[in-house]
Amino acid sequence: MGRSSTVDAPSGTPNPPPPRIEPALSTGRRRRTWRQSLRRDWQLYSLAVLPLLFFAVFRYLPMIGNVIAFRRFEPGGNVLGEHWVGLHYVRMFLSDPTFWQVFANTLILGTLTLVVCFPLPIVLALLLNEVRARRLKRFVQSVSYLPHFLSVVIVAAMLMQLLSVDGAVNQLVRVFGGEATAFLQEPGWFRTVYVSSEMWQTVGWGTILYLAAFTTIDQDLYEAARIDGASRWRQTWHVTLPGIRPTMVTLLILNIGTFMAVGFEKILLLYNPLTYPTADVISTYLYRMGVESSSFSYAAAIGLFEALIGLTLVLTANQISRRTVGTSLW
Amino acid sequence: MTVGTRNRQRPRGPRPTRGYRIFQAVNGVILTVVVIVTLYPFVNIVARSLSEEHYIVAGQVSLIPRGFNLETYRLVLSDSIFWTNYRNTVVYTVVATLISIVLTTCYAYVLSKKQLKGRTALVGIAVFTMFFSGGLIPNYVLITSLGLRNSILAIVLPNAINVFNLLVMKAFFESLPVELEEAAAVDGLSTYGILLRIVMPLSKAVIATMVLFYAVSFWNSWFAAFLYLDRADLFPVTIYLRNLIAGATGATSAGAAADGLTQAAASIQSVTIVLTVIPILLVYPFIQRYFVSGVMLGAVKG
Repeated sequence: MGRSSTVDAPSGTPNPPPPRIEPALSTGRRRRTWRQSLRRDWQLYSLAVLPLLFFAVFRYLPMIGNVIAFRRFEPGGNVLGEHWVGLHYVRMFLSDPTFWQVFANTLILGTLTLVVCFPLPIVLALLLNEVRARRLKRFVQSVSYLPHFLSVVIVAAMLMQLLSVDGAVNQLVRVFGGEATAFLQEPGWFRTVYVSSEMWQTVGWGTILYLAAFTTIDQDLYEAARIDGASRWRQTWHVTLPGIRPTMVTLLILNIGTFMAVGFEKILLLYNPLTYPTADVISTYLYRMGVESSSFSYAAAIGLFEALIGLTLVLTANQISRRTVGTSLW
Repeated sequence: MTVGTRNRQRPRGPRPTRGYRIFQAVNGVILTVVVIVTLYPFVNIVARSLSEEHYIVAGQVSLIPRGFNLETYRLVLSDSIFWTNYRNTVVYTVVATLISIVLTTCYAYVLSKKQLKGRTALVGIAVFTMFFSGGLIPNYVLITSLGLRNSILAIVLPNAINVFNLLVMKAFFESLPVELEEAAAVDGLSTYGILLRIVMPLSKAVIATMVLFYAVSFWNSWFAAFLYLDRADLFPVTIYLRNLIAGATGATSAGAAADGLTQAAASIQSVTIVLTVIPILLVYPFIQRYFVSGVMLGAVKG
């Protein structure tokens, strides 16, 4: 981008920028033309060249690549497809019963995850906040953060061990006189398994921002509440929770943003044809369609649909929260 | 409990009521359960990895190994593919982290210059990708048609800049005093010189945090390797483990078959899990602090 104008001034030789800086600073925010800016700040712009190349190739090119959703694509043929087919593939997935099945699964899993994994860190943070012994508090924190650092492959592998017929969970079931269940082969168990493992991985780490937010709450508010005779419970309800509301709202919006992508990698590792009825989500379905069956256009159409819903969800959530509670991402 | 009213703790009442003391007890129980639930799986896997297969299959291994033996460890550690893949993980992590840090630092520094013309657009280009991405299929087609299959580049390039990390760094650079850089500029230091000799030394802590963020995410990643690598000698160790649990039996089962231990699936899986978790558990106590401070830095930016 800015490279072309940089050639005339090789670095190392005394170049124009330094003397120019002083007048620029003293005159403050004077509007400069692009030509002047490039002359003055070409070194800064040159630092942006490689990152911009990265964004162009690995982020924006794939966005453009979505045109294959509207074109017939043949592996080995033109990268951007052979010819236009309009909404052919969109109509195709809209009339595909499997698509609606995985769409419903996505909504259900996403909602369950949000409902369980969003509030729990707040609860745990509140509980941790009441712990007086600092070392104990720090110990519990350290332990609860740990699962966050594990690869999803390790988490899936551990789940398979724990949930196998001879695993720890079934041992517990047997202690209470139940029958051993092959949890990962049962469609009826998949959602429970997924959401609990998600909980195990994320709840501890999720407390960090709330614990930080607690420390920013004005102590005088507690003092005032106490003088008004508020119990600890009421102080939590009327001072602490409103105090962390901006954090809560921001995290909620971010969670909603990843709603459609529900733990794709984890599901891919944990599901199997037996559990497809509940486990198969949009992202795993389009993975099988695209990468395994090479129906690239069809899968790209579904992927584009998913991404657009995701974007709409974030924008809507952001807009609503800006209107109602005055917090927004931007 | 009431005596220690250190000023960091909020004074929330003259003395705890009975109800609050009951709450404290319940709270202690809940937090203990949290700790147990978090740690139990680890202990259980270690116990399984040290047990004899028939005890595991009978469902008799919980916290303590039954039929203690190191045979399975010997078996997995003697698999040369396991070591190759482990080395690959290290190589990929180091290279990818290096590239990521250079790109992220450069871009974050540019974005931190408030007076720079076009800055808003440069920030927007990055932030937009947080909420909208091209998706799996176009990415797959892109990497494949760039001819990056079975190349380390397919692993280290596509996720070189994490926008969250970028914003954390940008926020940090913005918080540095401008005067230092101005003085350096007056002394005739170029922008590159300022970045390398003034800004970077002041940013050691945040750069260390970013290195950890990136390194852990690359160490843990598997999906790019799963999509773009076909040869077993290129796999990272996460794929080794993935193939083991997916039953797409890799070299281990071949080795096991040779040793006449084909049925020892459960203990082999446990051992492989333990061996892949160990490096993380070893460094975890030292890096956790930096991670927490990194998240906080990001939060300040909000």
